[in-house]
Amino acid sequence: MIANPSREERQADVVAALRTVLPGEAILFRREDTAPYECDALTAYRTAPLVVVMPDTEAQVAATLAACHRLQVPIIARGAGTGLSGGALPHSLGVILSLAKFNHIVNIDPAACTAVVQAGVRNLAISEAAAAYGLYYAPDPSSQIACTIGGNVAENSGGVHCLKYGLTLHNVLRVRGFMVDGTPVEFGSEALDAPGLDLMPLVVGSEGMLAVTTEVTVKLIPKPLLARCIMASFDDVESAGAAVASVIARGIIPAGLELMDQAMTACVEAFVHADYDLNAAAILLCESDGTPEEVHEEIGRMEEVLAQAGATRLEVSRDETQRLRFWSGRKNAFPASGGISPDYMCMDSTIPRKRLAEMLRAIEQMQVKYKLRCVNVFHAGDGNLHPLILFDADQPDEMHRCELFGADILETSVRLGGTVTGEHGVGVEKLNSMCVQFSPSERAQFLAVKHAFDPLELLNPGKVIPSLHRCAEYGKMHVHRGMLPFAELPRF
Amino acid sequence: MIKRQDPVLASIIERVQAASSRQAPLEIRGGGTKRFYGESPSGEPLDVSGLAGISSYEPTELVVTARAGTPLADLEAALETQGQCLPFEPPRFAAGGTVGGMVAAGLSGPARANVGSVRDHVLGLTLLNGHAEILTFGGQVTKNVAGYDVSRLIAGSWGVLGIVCEVSLKVMPVAAAGATLSFEWDETEALAQLNRWASQPLPITASSWHDGRLHLRLGGARAAVSAACAKLGGVRLDPEEAQCWWSGVRDHTQDFFLLTEAGLARGECLWRLSLPATAAPIALPGRQFIEWHGAERWWRSTAESSEVRRVAAAAGGHATLVRGADKSGGAFAPVSDVLMRIHRGLKQAFDPAGIFNPGRLYAGL
Repeated sequence: MIANPSREERQADVVAALRTVLPGEAILFRREDTAPYECDALTAYRTAPLVVVMPDTEAQVAATLAACHRLQVPIIARGAGTGLSGGALPHSLGVILSLAKFNHIVNIDPAACTAVVQAGVRNLAISEAAAAYGLYYAPDPSSQIACTIGGNVAENSGGVHCLKYGLTLHNVLRVRGFMVDGTPVEFGSEALDAPGLDLMPLVVGSEGMLAVTTEVTVKLIPKPLLARCIMASFDDVESAGAAVASVIARGIIPAGLELMDQAMTACVEAFVHADYDLNAAAILLCESDGTPEEVHEEIGRMEEVLAQAGATRLEVSRDETQRLRFWSGRKNAFPASGGISPDYMCMDSTIPRKRLAEMLRAIEQMQVKYKLRCVNVFHAGDGNLHPLILFDADQPDEMHRCELFGADILETSVRLGGTVTGEHGVGVEKLNSMCVQFSPSERAQFLAVKHAFDPLELLNPGKVIPSLHRCAEYGKMHVHRGMLPFAELPRF
Repeated sequence: MIKRQDPVLASIIERVQAASSRQAPLEIRGGGTKRFYGESPSGEPLDVSGLAGISSYEPTELVVTARAGTPLADLEAALETQGQCLPFEPPRFAAGGTVGGMVAAGLSGPARANVGSVRDHVLGLTLLNGHAEILTFGGQVTKNVAGYDVSRLIAGSWGVLGIVCEVSLKVMPVAAAGATLSFEWDETEALAQLNRWASQPLPITASSWHDGRLHLRLGGARAAVSAACAKLGGVRLDPEEAQCWWSGVRDHTQDFFLLTEAGLARGECLWRLSLPATAAPIALPGRQFIEWHGAERWWRSTAESSEVRRVAAAAGGHATLVRGADKSGGAFAPVSDVLMRIHRGLKQAFDPAGIFNPGRLYAGL
């Protein structure tokens, strides 16, 4: 950033430059107009942006980027703002580039099983448009009704069907967009690979820090003819965890495999009345999809494995209504938690599946230590854990304890061989945890990758990669409190 | 995870430090089974095959971690004992290929169109960069979005960014049942049928078309495979014959892929065209072998490099010159200026002294 004597002057300069490339109504800068853009779904963090722009053509996006690049203004691309880690948090001297107007489905090609969609198209809208051809877009983050494909690309979003169908990265063929200076760029192709280095894995999940996405070609897959779900109860979390391992050891890859602990089950039952087993210490939802023959065979094998693994109750969905009822609680875990607590913080770490019971026991102890309740849902198939820490933001001390609780969960996940974020992204929320998971040279390598795309660090600056200074401060804080979690990790 | 102090790694680090200070290029070498692929290797050979062994294997986690020099055959044998496999079927052009070479080359076999590529199955990786730093990206879990996905960038990078030391891969169970059907169809009919099947919920795992015959491989639950066989018709191959067919496709041991000295001398080349599966039949002189339901089309042709590249680009894809006497037209299709700028930036980011496999992917990289 160049020096700014006054925010107002800077704003006037930027607005004047943008007015040469955008119609007036596409530029918002009055506080009351930009207020809705001050945060994403991580509402605890807020910043008023300098300017918000809403271009509706690729030429306007290119010109906006070029203008901002000339003035060295930070740019933060934004989709629906449903992100949970503050990835779309504005920069106080930066421009929010909203892609909301890029909401057209350009083409659906049923023979190629692809859809070309603009970045602002909602995840679910793709599957709705593809349904006419018996196809759908597999990744299904729980915010799929609202979140956009551009945001999914930025976050490499997952969902409950990742184990069998993969993440966003595995379902995207081509990303079209612009470099920070407005140069058009395409990553991937309509074929299954493209020449040169495979840049798609960098771009997908880059949290808007490498390029701005305007159009995406996604893979569509045939809609399974049938899906059935088993709801299994267990007396203790250990046996539920062992049951997950047994299913996989038997060579079965379920379409969905989800676990809820007892506290979560009670919480969602009150919310959806799905007749969950409230006596169970843990509930597993295990789904099979495919042709009727396939599903029949697989459900039989799943039932057998789950029974052997000690399930105390097994129920197989009879029809689609019942299957959706089984899922209703899991899909409403977050809003249901909102019903039993004024606030909750959703964590998103991944651990090796076999460490689940250990992790849940650690969380139990943390509830005592931080004097806060926590309910747990777990994408058991892929090890992605979403503990929801319940707190009351009006009690300043609770917010603080909640943050410590969260950091403790993330660091425990790293210690158990996992990662600080499975699918919600680092954004601003997990910057400190990145200091724990990555060494200084690894973080320096991330920054060097960033510079290969964006040498001036104008795209979404301050996200994902913590500064050396920040990590040093975070390290000190931990030593100071006498709870340095990993003595073996390099710190400085 | 592998540590700096490991004696084999320590000696490799020393070589990298020395090469870096002298700016002397290194040719990273594992089994040497893919030296023919891509641009010609150059630089002092740096043998990394000593960095061998399976570090951990957790069948119920569907994850295996192996050092780069581990023979691919050893890894596959270990997975087989647990009824699991590398579902993307990496080609074994000769015996002795390594896990690191598999990742660096990023090549996938017949099942790729249905199950994904090598890159898709990389979960994490430990890399030695040009600063002789040991860096670990990703991990051993499927869902992981902490930081840029550098481990998957390394897949298919032909060693130009660094030395793969160890890699964690997602593995999958071997399908409970399988069958291969064959159909006598010309190219147009075969492609049309493959495109139609692609949008139907069928347990298809691979296809190949050559010389008027389509082979279709099915895999999955027993009931699903037998129902699909009944629905699709065709002639069912005997299991041994099927196995032989697909390993020939996977490892390029079938006659089609074996170029003779005489053929090479008269300018015959083996081209790999990666195209949208729905691309119309390609017109080039020579013979063709189609995989990936139309998305991968191999050509044995004497056509000029520029002509093959033009045809591939017009069809929405790109062409790689896999085997040929004259690679002066480039082994890999060129990328756009903006992408080349990023390539150079990444080379600078990982290997500023330019010591790792220079020119193996593109000149100047």
